[in-house]
Amino acid sequence: MNLLIKNGRVIDPSQNIDDIRDVLVQNGLIKEIGKGLAATDGVETIDAAGMYVVPGLIDMHVHLRDPGQEYKEDIVSGTKAAVAGGFTSVCCMPNTKPVIDNKTVASYIINKSKAEGYCNVFPIGSITYGLSGDRMSEMGELKESGCVAVSDDGKPVHNSELMMRALQYAAGIGIMVISHAEELELVGEGVMNEGFTSTELGLKGIPRVAEDIATVRETLLAEYTGTPIHIAHVSTKGSVRIIREAKARGVKVSCETAPHYFTLTDDAVRGYNTNAKMNPPLREAADVAAIKEGLKDGTIDAIATDHAPHHQDEKDVEFNVAMNGITGLETSLPLSLRLVDEGVLTLNQLIEKMSCNPSEILSLNRATLKAGSVADITLIDPEIEWVLEAGKLVSKSGNSPWLGQKFKGGAAATVVGGKLVYKR
Amino acid sequence: MAEFKHKHIIALRDLSKEDIEQLISTAESMREINCRDIKKVPTLRGKTIINLFYEASTRTRTSFEIAGKRLSADTVNITPSSSSATKGETLADTALNLLAMKPDIIVMRHAVSGAHYFLAKKINCSIINAGDGAHEHPSQGILDMLTMKDRFGRLDGLKVAIVGDITHSRVARSNIQGLTKLGSKVYLAGPPTMLPPGVEKLGDVTVCATMNEALQDADVVMMLRIQQERQGKTLMPNAREYSRYFGLNPTNIKLAKPNAMIMHPGPINRGVEMSSSMVDGDQSWILKQVENGVAVRMAMLYHVCGGELE
Repeated sequence: MNLLIKNGRVIDPSQNIDDIRDVLVQNGLIKEIGKGLAATDGVETIDAAGMYVVPGLIDMHVHLRDPGQEYKEDIVSGTKAAVAGGFTSVCCMPNTKPVIDNKTVASYIINKSKAEGYCNVFPIGSITYGLSGDRMSEMGELKESGCVAVSDDGKPVHNSELMMRALQYAAGIGIMVISHAEELELVGEGVMNEGFTSTELGLKGIPRVAEDIATVRETLLAEYTGTPIHIAHVSTKGSVRIIREAKARGVKVSCETAPHYFTLTDDAVRGYNTNAKMNPPLREAADVAAIKEGLKDGTIDAIATDHAPHHQDEKDVEFNVAMNGITGLETSLPLSLRLVDEGVLTLNQLIEKMSCNPSEILSLNRATLKAGSVADITLIDPEIEWVLEAGKLVSKSGNSPWLGQKFKGGAAATVVGGKLVYKR
Repeated sequence: MAEFKHKHIIALRDLSKEDIEQLISTAESMREINCRDIKKVPTLRGKTIINLFYEASTRTRTSFEIAGKRLSADTVNITPSSSSATKGETLADTALNLLAMKPDIIVMRHAVSGAHYFLAKKINCSIINAGDGAHEHPSQGILDMLTMKDRFGRLDGLKVAIVGDITHSRVARSNIQGLTKLGSKVYLAGPPTMLPPGVEKLGDVTVCATMNEALQDADVVMMLRIQQERQGKTLMPNAREYSRYFGLNPTNIKLAKPNAMIMHPGPINRGVEMSSSMVDGDQSWILKQVENGVAVRMAMLYHVCGGELE
């Protein structure tokens, strides 16, 4: 299928383009970007007037739950939700059942997503076997099987020596290590951020310092070994400051945050709302401000969703019993577009954080509209207004704190490998 | 007096000053029933009350049961093992099954803060909170306030010292919510490991650096139970050292006003949070609290049922 995307505002940070252009897609690749391109026979034309045409968005942190917990999500439903949210690539975390710690599971994910999925899926292998935290998984085989990073996401690697060796070993192979930075003793049995709200609700708190102290460890290990590290889901003002300082010293650290950390505070937990329960937990206004500042000054490189679908039965329970996490693929783009409206980011910076930087951090070789590159393209309608209705999410799960709320902006169409896989 | 409009009583945070005054006032009138030879009125005849206790309780469960019986309700006690929430039937399923038997009120104690709000969304009978996690214990709060009112005739302007593990105490939270609404001044003391962040923002609450500071000129000294299982963990070295700095004894009680009242929600660790002479002495109102508990729970059952006093 060949496509001509006409009259859109093409924003491609990789070529410093921000202009009204046409994009011609042929045989799965970008053929040409130009003005007044004419459709020839067999070319489907998409009118993109009033829309942004950008390199396909990349979500470097999702949980697809496949294999093992397909009742929450699977590769088909998860990638369908991804393209509906404007994503052309997702990187899936290894806490599946079984864990992505071997070639068999990695290959299963890659093959199933190629055969049945809607977008590119890049698996992330585990740092340690079975996420056990005791010994390194075969990172070489994982990389050869198509994994783009290793992470024990969901829990930290508690043993500092093992983490240091993992950083060194992974650097030798050339695979990025993504850290879930938390000090588990400080997390304890906490179920939300420790602060006034936890005091009032009588819920056990998780102090910010649980994340900060782990972020310090990770940056110091990366500094000592001279190896790169990526910090997942930054949620505290302390982490932002620590990473900013580490970057200034030349430490090879990158990081991501998620839309909920720059949109919500722990006030959302009031009423014991289990759709506001996540790990790390929602923090306070000062943290939200610091996250925005970190996005603005470049300390935070990427916006990722930490898409964590759960079945209703796992959320419709007492607060302490409820699972952590929310679905994010279908709400990330409109929530992130608010940053542009608020003047936190320029549109160009937003595309960098949702496409170019994730591609660069994980060496995905995507995120460009240059002629000859793979045609992963997102069309964004910045004006469309819509309501997130329960039961109408594409994801199998509906665990979102924004159900019933109004949104502005979203994906109008998503093109993966030159194929139109989603149209609003 | 304004009508009590709440279907559930889950937290004193949700009740107005007037609601709380009304519960106290009704409890005052209920006390007369408890002093009769025949301690029973037909007020809640034909009503069914289920006491669903997921956590161990002697005082509170018995008190609710007696309260229901004195009002002629049929009361049933259920104490599911605390592990059943994770292993077997969910809380919602248990409640829906009980609901199918058409109770009028479920009185529940549960280890998870907020469990009652969760339940209130699922079922249509009244729910009374007999303690949820570290959140609230509203009947204890009301009975404590009633007992203070017995002694002083008012709550407005009282200086109330609450000493102990505030972080894990639902009794402290209900008292803070209720007392500050009724004009009392609350002073908190405890090891900093047991003082939750922002607690001073809950109302007219002062966090004191030492127990002595909290006791100074107090009208009421409320000691909280220190949970023995927290010993040797990270919150305090041991009971001995705790008692040295946060135990009530014949010496430090002198800092409070002469004849200040001493209270404790029970069960007491004698020799830890207070010495036996304080528990059993003239200033102790601890057993009066228990006595008032029955009347307060009668008032709560009565109001959520909207019944008529004879």
